[in-house]
Amino acid sequence: MRTRASGRTVGGLRSLSLQAPAVTLLLIWMLIPLGMTLWFSFQRYNLMMPGMEQFAGLENYEYLLTDPALWRAMGTTLLLVGSVLAISVIGGTLLAVLYQQEFLGRGVARVLAISPFFIMPTVSALVWQNMMMHPVNGVLAWLMGLFGLPPVDWFSSFPLLSIIIIVSWQWLPFALLILLTALQSLDDDQVEAARMDGAGPVAVFFFITLPHLKRAISVVIMIQMIFLLTIFAEIHVTTSGGPGLATTNLAYLIYLRALLEFDVGGASAGGVIAIVLANIVAIFLIRMVAKNLED
Amino acid sequence: MNTSRLQRFGLAVLAWSITCVIFFPILWMFLTGFKTEAQAIADPTLFFTPTLESYVAVQGRADYFRFAWNSVHVSFGSTLLALIIGIPAAYSMAFLPTRRTKGTLLWMLSTKMLPPVGVLVPIYLIFRDLGMLDTRIGLTVIYTLMNLPIVIWMLYTFFKDLPKDILEAGRMDGASTSQEIFFLLIPLTLPGIASTGLLSIILSWNEAFWSLNLTSSRAAPLTAYIASFSSPEGLFWAKLSAASTMAVAPILIFGWLTQKQMVRGLTFGAVK
Repeated sequence: MRTRASGRTVGGLRSLSLQAPAVTLLLIWMLIPLGMTLWFSFQRYNLMMPGMEQFAGLENYEYLLTDPALWRAMGTTLLLVGSVLAISVIGGTLLAVLYQQEFLGRGVARVLAISPFFIMPTVSALVWQNMMMHPVNGVLAWLMGLFGLPPVDWFSSFPLLSIIIIVSWQWLPFALLILLTALQSLDDDQVEAARMDGAGPVAVFFFITLPHLKRAISVVIMIQMIFLLTIFAEIHVTTSGGPGLATTNLAYLIYLRALLEFDVGGASAGGVIAIVLANIVAIFLIRMVAKNLED
Repeated sequence: MNTSRLQRFGLAVLAWSITCVIFFPILWMFLTGFKTEAQAIADPTLFFTPTLESYVAVQGRADYFRFAWNSVHVSFGSTLLALIIGIPAAYSMAFLPTRRTKGTLLWMLSTKMLPPVGVLVPIYLIFRDLGMLDTRIGLTVIYTLMNLPIVIWMLYTFFKDLPKDILEAGRMDGASTSQEIFFLLIPLTLPGIASTGLLSIILSWNEAFWSLNLTSSRAAPLTAYIASFSSPEGLFWAKLSAASTMAVAPILIFGWLTQKQMVRGLTFGAVK
């Protein structure tokens, strides 16, 4: 009995020492910046006016929450996240079902279709903005010309839609990749049995495939939400948040406050809001992963 | 019989058309890299005489290989560090679990949920004060911490798949923890470790929030170099395409190789 008990403590100690570096580093990585953001958000602190720092109470929050730019940016963020989610999840589900069917060259087609996910964001944004969407020399303008349509100046007429298209192009393949993997564990016999009973492809999709994908779809939604909430590079290299505030999301607004206006206090208050929003989503995701750890 | 064949054919046509639309921008970028600047902005055509002049020009315009080296240095360096820190941690979680293990794993996952923009200001100020702005070391540290939860999580799922008796047998023969890790665990789970490493390299290579905000010239990786093409006076499509093709090619190949195992890391084991 005694040896077993001491064996357990030794094991516990060993396990602790092996985890210590990882846990310590992540703890520092999380707590220090988080604490600083929180602290700065209550300070009047501008990098252009050194030595003028003082406690500001809720002033930064008050200023931010009454600023129409914040609400505009929140709306843009929601629109961006919502549209990309809808496109990538619906598109990804339909494509996963399509790529699950047998056809000539399926393996190659799958690999090509998930490729955009591996392209770095700055490349995707610039290739789309210039070579695809350019109003004079872009491929889309040429295509529309073939049909006798006037070319569209995508980034001046529909700036947010243009960003949505680019970001969806990157994230639909992510949804496709995850959902294809999830589909592989679908029981073929079950589908076969349903077919025998006279279920058509539409019925099979709604009553067998979709319920089977339910969990994978919610994982995709949550992971994408967390990343889409702070889309940055695609906006930075194409529109810089403009024209006006048309494509400024929450992340870009914070960036503008911090590194262009040097308003540390205001940017930190924005940062706290972004963290709170991300955490609302994160709680659900973590709960789900935790459930999965048990079985 | 006939309709089913027709259906099959229709299915293949549909699937391949969609594939072509999705892949088109990448194909177009690849082709444009072999055009002259004049051909690049001319009406689209698949037929042209390929030239390497843009590839040569990219190296001449700005030192392409310096940026590429920064990318390699930062992504491989951070991946190696994350594996060195992550393997012992994942080992202890998989083989010496305690009551706290599950909580620790979930907490690590939660650090990944912190939006980078929320901590931009403090990280920027800390980096400024430590003289780490625009250094490869600085970016390497950030990427290590950024990927550590995913690396540990992914390694944990691979380690858990290993039959327990194998390591048990090693322990019976008197192997120490480090011997167990080096001579049994690592060789036995090498494919899993490799795909974990590749995912970490891909994520670091493509990361474009910290690289755009924390580097300017000396330590700028390829994401930042490509972003420099966005200024109107610097915009040449053939050169942009050549530089982009070189920047994405290795990662695209890594991605193709590990797509299956990667799902584990990207979904934290929630989808298998």
